Amino acid sequence: MVLKMSDFKTDVFADWCPGCGDFGIMTALQMALAELGLEPHQVVIVSGIGCSGKEAHNVKAYGVHTLHGRTLPFALGIKVANPELEVLAIGGDGDGLGIGAGHFVNAGRRNLDITYIIHNNGVYGLTKGQASPTLRLGLQTKSLPKPNINEAVNPIGLALMAGYTFVARSYAYDVRHLKETIKQAVRHKGTAFIDCLQPCPTYNNINTKDWYSGEDRKDPQTGKPRSRLYKLEETGYDPVVHDLNEDFQKKVAAMDKAREWGDRIPIGVFYKNEFEPSFEERVTQRIPFYRSNPPAKQKISDENDVSTADLEEFFAELKTS
Amino acid sequence: MVRDGINWMAGGPQGSGVDSAANIFGRACGYGGLYVFGRREYHSNIKGLHSYFHLRISKHEVSANIDDVDLLAAFDAETVVRHISEVVPEGGIIVDKDQMDTKVFNIATLPPEFKDELRKFMDQKGLGDSLTDFLNDARKAGVHVFQVPYMELLKQVGAKLGIEKMSKITRMINVLTIGVSFALLDYDENLVEKAIKTTFSDKPTIADMNIVAVREAYNYAKQTFKDAFPHKLEKIGTSEQRLFVSGNQAAAMGKVLGGCRVQTYYPITPAADESEYLEAHEILKTKAGDGAIVVIQTEDEIAAINSVSGAALAGARAATSTSGPGFSLMVEGLSWAGNCEVPAVITYYQRGAPATGLPTRHAQGDLQFVIHAGHGEFARIVLASGDIKECFYDAANAFNYAERYQVPVIHLLDKAMANSSQTYPVFDAGNFKIQRGDILDETKLQDQEYKRFRFTETGISPRVFLGTKNGVHWYTGDEHNEVGHISEEPFNRMKMVEKRIKKLELIDKEVPIEEKVNFFGDKNSKNIVVSWGSPKGAIIEALNRLSTEGFSLGFIQIRMLHPLPKDYLANTLKAAQKVIDVENNYFGQLGQIIKEKTGIPMNFHILKYTGRPTTTTEIYEALKRILLDQAPERQVLTYGS
Repeated sequence: MVLKMSDFKTDVFADWCPGCGDFGIMTALQMALAELGLEPHQVVIVSGIGCSGKEAHNVKAYGVHTLHGRTLPFALGIKVANPELEVLAIGGDGDGLGIGAGHFVNAGRRNLDITYIIHNNGVYGLTKGQASPTLRLGLQTKSLPKPNINEAVNPIGLALMAGYTFVARSYAYDVRHLKETIKQAVRHKGTAFIDCLQPCPTYNNINTKDWYSGEDRKDPQTGKPRSRLYKLEETGYDPVVHDLNEDFQKKVAAMDKAREWGDRIPIGVFYKNEFEPSFEERVTQRIPFYRSNPPAKQKISDENDVSTADLEEFFAELKTS
Repeated sequence: MVRDGINWMAGGPQGSGVDSAANIFGRACGYGGLYVFGRREYHSNIKGLHSYFHLRISKHEVSANIDDVDLLAAFDAETVVRHISEVVPEGGIIVDKDQMDTKVFNIATLPPEFKDELRKFMDQKGLGDSLTDFLNDARKAGVHVFQVPYMELLKQVGAKLGIEKMSKITRMINVLTIGVSFALLDYDENLVEKAIKTTFSDKPTIADMNIVAVREAYNYAKQTFKDAFPHKLEKIGTSEQRLFVSGNQAAAMGKVLGGCRVQTYYPITPAADESEYLEAHEILKTKAGDGAIVVIQTEDEIAAINSVSGAALAGARAATSTSGPGFSLMVEGLSWAGNCEVPAVITYYQRGAPATGLPTRHAQGDLQFVIHAGHGEFARIVLASGDIKECFYDAANAFNYAERYQVPVIHLLDKAMANSSQTYPVFDAGNFKIQRGDILDETKLQDQEYKRFRFTETGISPRVFLGTKNGVHWYTGDEHNEVGHISEEPFNRMKMVEKRIKKLELIDKEVPIEEKVNFFGDKNSKNIVVSWGSPKGAIIEALNRLSTEGFSLGFIQIRMLHPLPKDYLANTLKAAQKVIDVENNYFGQLGQIIKEKTGIPMNFHILKYTGRPTTTTEIYEALKRILLDQAPERQVLTYGS
């Protein structure tokens, strides 16, 4: 059965502000799932808290709208219990890089086969616009009483150093680019991270849609805006680790790209490495039948509801007579 | 105090093999058909600070310590100083001959507040400050002192093994004391060797070395001390299959019996041993072929609880294991599980608190916390095991409760059970029933619109696991409608709150009282003890002793603390004249809860919060004072180093 994007829509009213980047991300997500040939029941969207957290309710797939910062732990449990599921974790920048930063870093160590999309708008929208971990030092967005006193974290750089094996950036208003990035991320074996730039029309009056598209810096000759975003894939940049020996150089190149911001902001895939075994592969090395008989599918009782556990080996070790 | 066996204690610096000594000793006794109860005490420290194991050996099943030490195996001087007053007259102390001149205040590991107490003790008794002075004083009380030249014996062992470097064999001081102990007790040496082989079954060379050392010490003691020690230990034949098992191990095996397939944890004492034990046994033999439990060490306890919820939603039985500080971090996740009706199981090993508290010591201070933890109001179940065997069955049952009622279950254990080991007839695991509650699979979902949180009479809505075809639904920590989408409508809100909470009434009604309480002693007694958790063993034994002295007592051990079996308690306690609350905390938290739910106040409290578990001796004496009308309302116990 070939599904359409509309098969992944729900009738839940999307209550984001007009012009919110979340609409773009929701659409890209629905399109990507359809184009990947997935069915709603095969997919679990795990979301955090904030405007982006609600997105799980707007996608017709299993939705687990969790706690602030805890998308990745929930996703871990779901995926480990049933690795057949296509698990996508989504959350805000405060969710993933502030309160959930510990999980963000440790997810890189595991390389579970999931996708993680951060909605990066520089502010905590739902609590009325406080500075998020990705807002740059000295910036004073609309509702900040004083300029931001902290420097920003670099999500791409942090993901690279934490060990993510697929690191990309996309843009909420380039739905096509985002959709394709999500598709690549889902197809990637291992944890795939997408830093999705997402203007908040209500609280971030600095990194606006117009700012990204360069409305403030029109070409004097053509009068056309010069976008601040450019696509890595159009520059000949190759993010793929083809050989483990070039991993270090690829990471260095990606870090170099991750530093770019301001008038030239790269989007696209920064780094991709499929040599690193996924968490599922590591578990399979220890439990050979893990994928064919994962935790959620094991038969724990017989037809009479009696536990299938056989504790003889446990007892044998402890026997004193 | 009447005794029917031997109380043996081994003590020494952490890292010197106190644990393995106790294990070998306990096993050797087990092989001889004897029952063993052993409690392990240790500092939050890797090497050097004092640790000890207090073993009670009996012909009958034993599940608590008494205050006495019949034979003290001291690896070092500190052990003598700390435990000398516990050794009974006619008891014995095995001590290093080379340590006799040690000045007690020169023992670097003794903390200043202990030295202050020691000084008072010495002044009172007019004691000198060398170990010899201490031991001479003990001799006056009839204690036998067995001076053993540890280093000399080790040198001989080294010569036999062809090892010259003493640092390679000093670790075997522990087995030397075992050899001496069993020689003094005139116990079968072969059983000791068998115990060593089992203890070091994966390290045969180490096993062989230890056997040589044990023999050397055994022979030395036989020749030197002959029949000097009056206590003997006799093996008795048994055909019964028995286990020597700790609380950590019992809980882990109970989880396997209950079908747990995902266990998460963040390292914390005294819980982590359970998870590591499970990981070591991750491939499970089952009657349905391949089985395995995936054990995940998460980055923190927040991840641990929320991964459990995720795994449970996907259809695996899942649990996490932690202690107080870890559970504190889990509380928001617990609230989510309550809101989303997730069958998450939390095995909670209590330890001394608040804050880091006493990381390696015992307490029962978290009852009120776990009953109330989490913002908002929701249903949960709180279970508390009273002994190691109950740890096993409760750990399995926790999953049944969790899934039948779709609530988080907190299974309370404590450090005293976690790190004690006891001999039991092999647990009966043959007929344990798995009750998964109402679950819909693909075949049952074709013609209906599935609503995860459908309003029902009982409050329980059938579950569908993530990934099931035709069953797409949503979970949210927000208030939600029947489908699982966010809803802030007041009417829906009211119904959802009621749906979640009325499950408590169902639990109260459905779970049989035998699963919620145990009653011991005289049903018609006017003197009723109430308690929960690890004091159980000491209370039962004290009760039996008092009953042989003609006193009448009943004991209610509460195993389901939430929802509290309040009607049962009200009925059972209403005619009592003396209601006696026994707990290892300051406030008497169970007593508070019983009073809150039934209106019945506690007439007496026997409490302990030193970080050490309650012994039979203490409980016996405290209860007797109450029965003789000589007790204050509140007695606070203090035994144990």
